[in-house]
Amino acid sequence: MADALTAGPGFVPERKAAAERLGAMGLPGRRDEYWRWTDPATLNAPDPKPAQAGEAEAPLFDALDRLKVVFVDGVFDAGASDDLSLAGVEITRLATSAPGWAEGLYGTLEATGQVPVKRPFAALNTAQATDGLLIRVTAAAAKPINLIYVHKSETSDPILHHLIRLEEGAELTLLETGPAGARFNKAMEVDLAKGARFHHIRIQGPDQERRAVTHIFARLADAALFKSFTLTFNGVLTRNEAFVEMLGDDAMAHVAGAALGDGRDGAFHHDDTVFVTHDGLRGESRQVFKKVLKGGAIGTFQGKILVKPGAQKTDGYQISQSLLLDDDSQFLAKPELEIYADDVKCSHGSTTGAIDETALFYLRSRGVPEEDAKGLLVLSFLADAIDEIEDAALKEEIVARLEDWLARHRS
Amino acid sequence: MLEIKNLHVKLQDEDKVILKGMNLTVETGKVHAIMGPNGSGKSTMSYVLSGRDGYEVTEGSATLGGKELLDMEPEERAAAGLFLAFQYPVEIPGVGNMTFLRTALNAQRKARGEEELSAGEFLKLVREKAKTLKIDADMLKRPVNVGFSGGEKKRNEILQMAMLEPKMCILDETDSGLDVDAMRLVADGVNALRAPDRSFLVITHYQRLLDHIKPDVVHIMADGRILQTGGPELALEVENNGYAEILAAHGLTEAK
Ligand SMILES: Nc1ncnc2c1ncn2[C@@H]1O[C@H](COP(=O)(O)OP(=O)(O)O)[C@@H](O)[C@H]1O
Ligand SMILES: [Mg+2]
Repeated sequence: MADALTAGPGFVPERKAAAERLGAMGLPGRRDEYWRWTDPATLNAPDPKPAQAGEAEAPLFDALDRLKVVFVDGVFDAGASDDLSLAGVEITRLATSAPGWAEGLYGTLEATGQVPVKRPFAALNTAQATDGLLIRVTAAAAKPINLIYVHKSETSDPILHHLIRLEEGAELTLLETGPAGARFNKAMEVDLAKGARFHHIRIQGPDQERRAVTHIFARLADAALFKSFTLTFNGVLTRNEAFVEMLGDDAMAHVAGAALGDGRDGAFHHDDTVFVTHDGLRGESRQVFKKVLKGGAIGTFQGKILVKPGAQKTDGYQISQSLLLDDDSQFLAKPELEIYADDVKCSHGSTTGAIDETALFYLRSRGVPEEDAKGLLVLSFLADAIDEIEDAALKEEIVARLEDWLARHRS
Repeated sequence: MLEIKNLHVKLQDEDKVILKGMNLTVETGKVHAIMGPNGSGKSTMSYVLSGRDGYEVTEGSATLGGKELLDMEPEERAAAGLFLAFQYPVEIPGVGNMTFLRTALNAQRKARGEEELSAGEFLKLVREKAKTLKIDADMLKRPVNVGFSGGEKKRNEILQMAMLEPKMCILDETDSGLDVDAMRLVADGVNALRAPDRSFLVITHYQRLLDHIKPDVVHIMADGRILQTGGPELALEVENNGYAEILAAHGLTEAK
């Protein structure tokens, strides 16, 4: 991975501390409890496996008024990006800016969060990130920010770290699109002050050969709202981790994901690892993760709701489901609840199933051709996850991308 | 229109034989009713005609307008003009009723080489048809059959029928579980669709539906075949005397 010497200029003490944490943890192995199902070898390796960038997709969120920030193989591209000025928002680059407001915050969320899950790749990211954005939002952002990750070089190995702070009552919608590199390590720390509202929509595009390990660390103060939705298509290996700490009272955190993989395009392994901690009163959390797998694709989910002592009136929900479109594919799930308060409502569930034959026949009996009917039933299966996207236009875009993928992956 | 000849059907995965030499002819523009005890094979017949998996036809044929149905995929049968109103309509979470209807209608049009309806044309049509069935905008927006009452599900079946304008409509116990008002709505919906080029096969247990949808011909089915065929008076006879006599005449008892 990138040399520490090429890291950005700021945050020297924070990076040093992260390097020490990494040293103490070591890189992960299959024997680590939360890496049993996902082999970290290619992520650990000194060099990435070469990966060709996938064919150009329809441009994403094209019709949307947004501020575009482009990274090519992990390097900020000023020419392709919009001017980084946006009412209510300060945006600077990790690679070139002085820490400023972010001093002492960078790496903090990454270092805390729920134990016992070790996160060596996140510590490595904090220590060695070469680029990324520092975003401070003081009001309702005038428009969404779209981070666009372009993958060009066959051997690119970017490490990006974004630090986002929403001050009291501030609002931001952050969009992330594109595959970023042959091997991508990304960390995003999101610190939400009282009443702040953060929406995150991410599309991990069809870039078949890429590998990625990504981390979201969120911290919520009173009445803060955090909503994150990820759509993943293909990719040899994707591990998306999210750690959400609900420290304030009346906070709300929803983390959702829809992943679709066809092993016939190459290998497909998708791992969602999600840990939500309730540490305030009346918190509401939802985890909704759905996977559509075919052609030998593998999906895994490990998620926990931890309710700390005193976090009364917690409402926690977790569902992880897979739809297996053939017998070759596999879904592994480890749903966990750990509750230390007595007045809480928590539920979790996990299911694996095939296309419902009765529903399929019903649709076909109305004249819908088999493959179209299957497509509708896949959308039906994903609906709960997609419904986590509040904005109608964004939701429409996601559904359109899903329909494209389904059209390209008929049996 | 519909011609079933000596149809023998067994379950694919079991030795159980369900249809045992069924014969039935429904002429164009006519309404036929099938009555019969539970377990006679009425639903099985309608599933086999529509192409559901899990059954094996061991003998016989079924043609629609002269074309062999049993060789076609379910969607091809639909495009050819066959429609089955399900005894138990299926819930499909996450798929809007409107999306479903539009997908189905346009798929059939496409299969027949007709122009697909635009969003605007479709909306106008569906609103008009929904109104007469007292299906409100909310029901159209909701996921297919999810959270619908029994009566709403059945009305939704008739709405689909009205939109798809099939040639041969099979209604499998569309009246079961309906109160008098809901049954009248369903019957009115069906009657509105009666046309010289459209036939109906109404499967029911009760004479009362046939008071509203007047059949031309009534068949009594039991043990996988048609035992007796007559006019509307046959339904009245069954209503008054039950099936015992007819069954006995064919050496069957009302075992069930
Ligand atoms: N898929 C099935 N598996 C097992 N038995 C079945 C199946 N389908 C139908 N049957 C049996 O076949 C017979 C006829 O059923 P059905 O067609 O539903 O009758 P009806 O609609 O006249 O009540 C019944 O004995 C029923 O239990
Ligand atoms: Mg039946």
